[in-house]
Amino acid sequence: MENIKDVVLKYVVDEYLDDPEDEMTYETPLISGGIVDSFSMVSLKRFLEATYKISLPDDRATPEAFDTVNSITDLVNEFLAKK
Amino acid sequence: MSNIGSYEERVNNFSWSLAEKELGYTPGDDINIGWYCTDRICQMGKSAKKAILWEGLGGVEKQYTYNDLRLRTNTMATMLKGIGINEGDRVCLFMDKVPELYVGVLSVLKMGAVAQPLFSAFGDESLFVRLDNAQTSAIITQRKHVGKVRLILERLPSLKHIIIIDHDGKKELKTREMAFDMDHAEQIEHFEAAHTKAESPSVLHYTSGTTGQPKGVKHVHYSLISQYLTSKWVLDIQDNDIYWCTADPGWVTGTSYGIIGGFATGATVCILDTGFSAESWYKFIDKYKVTMWYSAPTAIRSLMKAGDELVKQYDLSTLRHLASVGEPLNAEAVIWSEKVFGKPFHDTYWQTETGSMMIVNVPGMKIKPGSMGKPFPGIIATVLDEHTYEPVDGPNKPGLIAFQPGWPAMMRTYWRNEETYGKKFKNGWYLSGDKAFLDQDNYFWFIGRDDDVINTGGHLVSPFEVESALLEHEAVAESAVVAKPDAVNMEVVKAFVTLNPGFEPGDMLELQIMNFIRKRLSPLAMPQEIEYLDKLPKTRSGKIMRRLLHAKEWGEEIGDVSTLEDD
Repeated sequence: MENIKDVVLKYVVDEYLDDPEDEMTYETPLISGGIVDSFSMVSLKRFLEATYKISLPDDRATPEAFDTVNSITDLVNEFLAKK
Repeated sequence: MSNIGSYEERVNNFSWSLAEKELGYTPGDDINIGWYCTDRICQMGKSAKKAILWEGLGGVEKQYTYNDLRLRTNTMATMLKGIGINEGDRVCLFMDKVPELYVGVLSVLKMGAVAQPLFSAFGDESLFVRLDNAQTSAIITQRKHVGKVRLILERLPSLKHIIIIDHDGKKELKTREMAFDMDHAEQIEHFEAAHTKAESPSVLHYTSGTTGQPKGVKHVHYSLISQYLTSKWVLDIQDNDIYWCTADPGWVTGTSYGIIGGFATGATVCILDTGFSAESWYKFIDKYKVTMWYSAPTAIRSLMKAGDELVKQYDLSTLRHLASVGEPLNAEAVIWSEKVFGKPFHDTYWQTETGSMMIVNVPGMKIKPGSMGKPFPGIIATVLDEHTYEPVDGPNKPGLIAFQPGWPAMMRTYWRNEETYGKKFKNGWYLSGDKAFLDQDNYFWFIGRDDDVINTGGHLVSPFEVESALLEHEAVAESAVVAKPDAVNMEVVKAFVTLNPGFEPGDMLELQIMNFIRKRLSPLAMPQEIEYLDKLPKTRSGKIMRRLLHAKEWGEEIGDVSTLEDD
């Protein structure tokens, strides 16, 4: 399976970055950095659920958990392990 | 002691001339919001006072005094005149919450053009319909947003200038583009503000209705009178306040109170230009020692979700007064804020069309948690019967919230849409489009919208606009959009669609459609849920019965279905 981090990073760059030339790393703040707003977080959550066939409960899909590619990857890995 | 003192005494002895006198304005004089918010404050001896405390991503800080604000508005206004912008022309501000946005709005006003602030998360189609309707002459934007402007430029012959505030020279400027660096431009010491009068147009804000394209709400410079007085009496802005209005100036709150009210009262306005997180907000209040905080129920409910323990990690003791706007503030949020901040959020009710606060909770007034409060002094508000448009006879009877026209900040028309403007009035009352009831103490209690417009996180979304955009997606054959209840945003957008042949329902298609709307319109307009149907409920004449879908989402009675199309 393709590295989760890279899949998520590519999705964020393709879908949410206004200026594709902005530098994005695994630690770039997405929510607190204003790249992904609270409304758009829903589509990011939906992407993770559809791609990895997992269900992320609302109380775990928090702005903090979605704030970086690294933290998102941790969350996805946690729920993949429960499958 | 609060600025307003006794609410009852103010109501009994009210005249808008109180604000006119404080501002040194006599009817017939020039009145220019840009000048009042900059030069006038300097003339009052506050040149060195901090006007803006700004913080962006990564903790980057910028600060500007009132003299800096005066000079920068002089400079930007001179630049606009220099490229041929005339009084009355529309100039769009399409930026994140950067200092140039705040200075830009005031500069446009100072030189007599019409400021058209637009939410920077708007997609290219949302941007197009608003610039096209306003026949906008220039847009001031950032490098990160210019791509959306380029996409629609060919369809906008009136748009002559695209001014980029952060051009770094790495790429060549394209057609109609120019760079302007506010902080490094040669600062202009003298600029004569335009001799605008009370009825000169000032701000054009766009708002959504049930049908048709968004409407441009035209405001005038005289709006300053009620924006100033409500800032003083409701927000209770005092000379030593550090004031934080969390709203984006792409929406009316961010302009009327994030810019005009804050600077006209000479406050120190602080701005946080990052995304939302409870931690960063508390940290910001702590760091800048915010005293007056004007926010929104969606944000407050998100703070509640983050928990009480987080609050204790910061020193928020400087907070003196809290207020809220956008959608009804639920009682739990008021009670929670009293518990954790030691003071309640004071709800305020108003609209893009009203330009300033209408129904309020002022300092010192008894707060009934969950209520909208009472009319601001000088505002005649009532609840009208839905059929007769006469005031309801007695308390606890639901009806339409309506206002007697004539307050200073009332919209003057919908831009190029007098017909729709005329429909906003019945029996001499302005109809807000919202429903409420009055209790025995004359407090207003919000019930909901009188139409299908969706109020999500305090922003109005037109179901028509989303339905139209959905039909542009290749998979969608038909669409219907309604509000769905949401614990944080009050309502969110939900779409029902039927698919064209060759497309199968599925999670990935849902995601694709969601992202299509997000980019084309805005994140607010993006359906948070899409439900696939074989067919949409329609009347026999073929009209989609949105009402049935809405009732299903809200668990309400479906009502009369006699006109429903048979299978």
